[in-house]
Amino acid sequence: MRTRTSARIGQYAALLAYLLFLALPFLWLLSTAFKPPRELGSLHPTWIPEDPTLANFRQAFDEQPLLRAALNSLLAAAGAAVVAVLIATPMAYVMARHRTRLARAATGWVVVSQAFPFVLVIIPLFLVLKNLRLINSLPGLVLVYVVWALPFALWMLVGYVRAVPTELEEAAAVDGAGRLRTLVSVTGPLLAPGIVATALFAFITAWNEFFFALVLLKSPEKQTLPVILTHFIGAEGVADLGPLAAAAFLATLPSLVVFAVIQRRITGGMLTGAVKS
Amino acid sequence: MTSVTEARRAAKSPPSRGRPRRGAGHGAWFLVLPALLPILVLSVGPLLYGVLLAFTDAQSGRTEPTQWIGGLNFTDLARDTLFWESFRIGLVWAVGVTVPQFLLALGLALLLNQNLRLRWLARALAIIPWAMPEVVVGIMWRLVYNPDAGILNETLRDLGLGDGRDWLSGLGTALPAVIVVGVWAGMPQTTVALLAGLQNTPRELHEAAALDGAGAWRRFRTVTWPALRPVALAITALNFIWNFNAFALVYVLTNGGPGGRTRLPMLFAYEEAFRYGQFGYAAAMGCVMVAVISVLLALFLAGRLKGGDEA
Repeated sequence: MRTRTSARIGQYAALLAYLLFLALPFLWLLSTAFKPPRELGSLHPTWIPEDPTLANFRQAFDEQPLLRAALNSLLAAAGAAVVAVLIATPMAYVMARHRTRLARAATGWVVVSQAFPFVLVIIPLFLVLKNLRLINSLPGLVLVYVVWALPFALWMLVGYVRAVPTELEEAAAVDGAGRLRTLVSVTGPLLAPGIVATALFAFITAWNEFFFALVLLKSPEKQTLPVILTHFIGAEGVADLGPLAAAAFLATLPSLVVFAVIQRRITGGMLTGAVKS
Repeated sequence: MTSVTEARRAAKSPPSRGRPRRGAGHGAWFLVLPALLPILVLSVGPLLYGVLLAFTDAQSGRTEPTQWIGGLNFTDLARDTLFWESFRIGLVWAVGVTVPQFLLALGLALLLNQNLRLRWLARALAIIPWAMPEVVVGIMWRLVYNPDAGILNETLRDLGLGDGRDWLSGLGTALPAVIVVGVWAGMPQTTVALLAGLQNTPRELHEAAALDGAGAWRRFRTVTWPALRPVALAITALNFIWNFNAFALVYVLTNGGPGGRTRLPMLFAYEEAFRYGQFGYAAAMGCVMVAVISVLLALFLAGRLKGGDEA
């Protein structure tokens, strides 16, 4: 009995250590965001700002076009999420319900694309988009994000489709409903929660993305939040810490909120995927 | 639950296979096409195009037509000591991040699988790094590592462990400092995957082993690990690839500095392609990176799978 108690204490201690490691950097970001310049220059920084201020946030908006960038990010992420789900759902349906050669090839692509070398894709992608006159344009970026979000979206959706009993579809077919009709009015509503979770996940992935945005968008008024954030850091790596922290914190908020909403579903989605494969 | 329905479906489907099959085939194409088209144009196509580019002298903004130059890029690359140095750094980084990432995530997943109080809070917090943009993760750790206003040096000073240092600019400390950030950033995905694997381990077996007097370590070795192995292998292989292809974190933290000590291959190829406009040469780098990583992974997986048969 005694050893069990001490083991429990050890477990809690280990868990606490993990949580500190994971949470402290984020708390430090928060703390820095609310500190006035005098405290940021101090040689003995404190965890809790002695004189908390919102000035950093105001300055951040003055220094960089944050609103414009946030709007761009929102458009790119929302566009990518909606389009990705629209085209992934029918495909996931086929992959889950039919064991054709096409479905198998698609599953193979989903796995391989997880290991996709960005270096090898980005240069041709840049040239292809240039030919389509989609360089330095948000629609071009949305296209790239859609393809980039597809593997995980398919992976999640296939799991959700498999959880819908086929009997329901067979019943609809017996009642004379066509394929598309069955998909839209029987399977669709049952899939809705999974589709929303997948869309939100695609949204976060696109909202957080940096590399493609850096390469594909050139003019400052088109750039997304992550790219604008790096502009706070000067050429010599010197940054105005307060506004930098404030802007970084703001840019994280939407992802955190959305993630909190779908957290359970993502872990659940990975679970079903893992069990099925 | 779902496997039951699947089994039922399998039992049911043969009779219905005769007639609707052709129709289903056409319907399937119709359903697949909207996703297939972008995949072919923006994913499979560029990949093949990229391999072809590696054998040309393509450059950005040049007016003369691009020419085939055979393996010239590759022979140049073989002599490019800067590239191989960057490649070495990339391997140190990928291994240095993937291994601790796995061990730490395994520990955390085992803890989260226990019936501890506040588990829900711990699970939610453990996932936070996953939700953050990589750029923000980089910025955040720059604040932590900041020589004057950073909390790391301040903590060291408080503990009487010296004055601390400029972690990200020190020749010796930059790569380890960046690796710590990589571990931090990638832990959640690994933890979630391992946790999913843990929840598939047979509980009864665990209890039976405990009744037989097997200690925690023996239960882990004989019950948990065999069930967890496939997930562990898959996530480690994926982590290795993801880490080797990492870009944003290090771009924000050090931009490859100081003196190239943290210049990962992706940063190197990015500069070659988009700063110097050497598309062909950068594509050749991409090919070499993919080839070497594939061989390493194949060796790793083959070794692991064989080890499993013997054990």
